[in-house]
Amino acid sequence: MSKFKKKANTKQDIPTSALPDIIFMLLFFFMVTTVLREVTINVKQRIPDATQLRKLQRKSLVSYLYIGEPKKTAQWGTEPRIQANDVFIEPKDVILWVNQEKDKLNEVERDQLTVAMKVDKEAKRGLVSDVELQLRKANARKLLYTTLQEMEE
Amino acid sequence: MARNKQRDTPEINSSSMADIAFLLLIFFLVTTTIANDRGLSLLLPPDPDQMEQLDIKIPERNLFKIQVNSADKLLVEGEPLEDVSKIKSMIKEFVLNNGRDPESSDSPKDAIVSFKTDRGTSQDRFIEVLDQIQGAYYDMYAERVGVTNKRWREIANDLSDPENRRLYDLGRGLKNGQLEFPMNISIAEPSKIGG
Repeated sequence: MSKFKKKANTKQDIPTSALPDIIFMLLFFFMVTTVLREVTINVKQRIPDATQLRKLQRKSLVSYLYIGEPKKTAQWGTEPRIQANDVFIEPKDVILWVNQEKDKLNEVERDQLTVAMKVDKEAKRGLVSDVELQLRKANARKLLYTTLQEMEE
Repeated sequence: MARNKQRDTPEINSSSMADIAFLLLIFFLVTTTIANDRGLSLLLPPDPDQMEQLDIKIPERNLFKIQVNSADKLLVEGEPLEDVSKIKSMIKEFVLNNGRDPESSDSPKDAIVSFKTDRGTSQDRFIEVLDQIQGAYYDMYAERVGVTNKRWREIANDLSDPENRRLYDLGRGLKNGQLEFPMNISIAEPSKIGG
C-alpha cells in the first residue's frame, strides 16, 4: 500500500523551461535559411518538375524573370505575361531590362549575369522563346529554367 | 513575516516567452520564401544577327530529332512517342553509337540532339523533354568519370575547385581546347504552324 502512496506524491509536470529555447532555435533556423520577398509576384507560378537540377553558385549574379498568366485576370487578361521586378514588360523590353540588371553588377562580373526564368507550367513556348531571342540579343546567354525537384524512380 | 519574504527567490514569469518566440517565428514563416535557385541550366547561342549565316550540312545520321507540337504530342526520329522517359535511353544509344549503326551517329562529337517545339507547346512539356536530354548527357558524363549522376552535377556546379575542374574536363573529354564529348543540344526556334 505504501508503495502506491509514494508514487502519488511524485511531481507529474514536465519541465517546460526549455520550450522557449527550442522555439528560438526554430526561429533562428528560419531567419537564416530564408530571404525576404523582394517583389510581389503578379503572375501565376506553378513551377514544373525536373530531375536533373543544377544549382546556382552565386546569388548576386542572378536576375529573375517571371512568366505566367496574370493573377488579376480582370485587369490584365488571361494571356501569359512577363514580369520583371514589379512591372509587366513586353519581350522587346527585355534588352533594356538586361542592361539595367548588368549595370547593378561589378564591371568584371557583367558577362556572368545569369537569368533565372520562373515559368508557369501552362505558359506557351512561343512567349518564352521570344524572351530567349531577346536575351541572346542582349548577350545574357546564361539561362536557368527554375524547376522543382522531382522524385527519381 | 519579513523572514518569509527573504526566502523567496525573485522570479520573472517567463512562461509567455515561448508565446513571444512563437509570434516571431510565425512572422518569419509568413514573410519569407525559401530561396529556390535550382533548375535546368542552359547556355543560349549567340545573337543571331551577329552570327555568320553559314549553311552547314549536317548528315542525317548525326541528328537526333525531337519534335513537339502544340498539343504536346511527341515525334522522335519521325515516330510518334507516348512515353517521354524513353528519350533518355534513346539518346544514350544514339550518342554512343560510334558509327556502328549506319542510321545512328558517327561519334559523340558529331552527334547533335535537335529539339524543336511549336509556339503552342506548353513549358511543362518543354521542361520534361529538356530534362530527359540533359539527363542522358549527365548520365554519360558521370559514367565516363565513374561517379553518380548526382555527384556529376555537383561537380559541374562548383568548378572553382581544381579537382572538380579536372573531373569536369575529363568527363567532357577536353583535348587541345576542343571537346570530344560536347553536349550538343540544338533548341530550334518554335514553329508557328500550331498543328
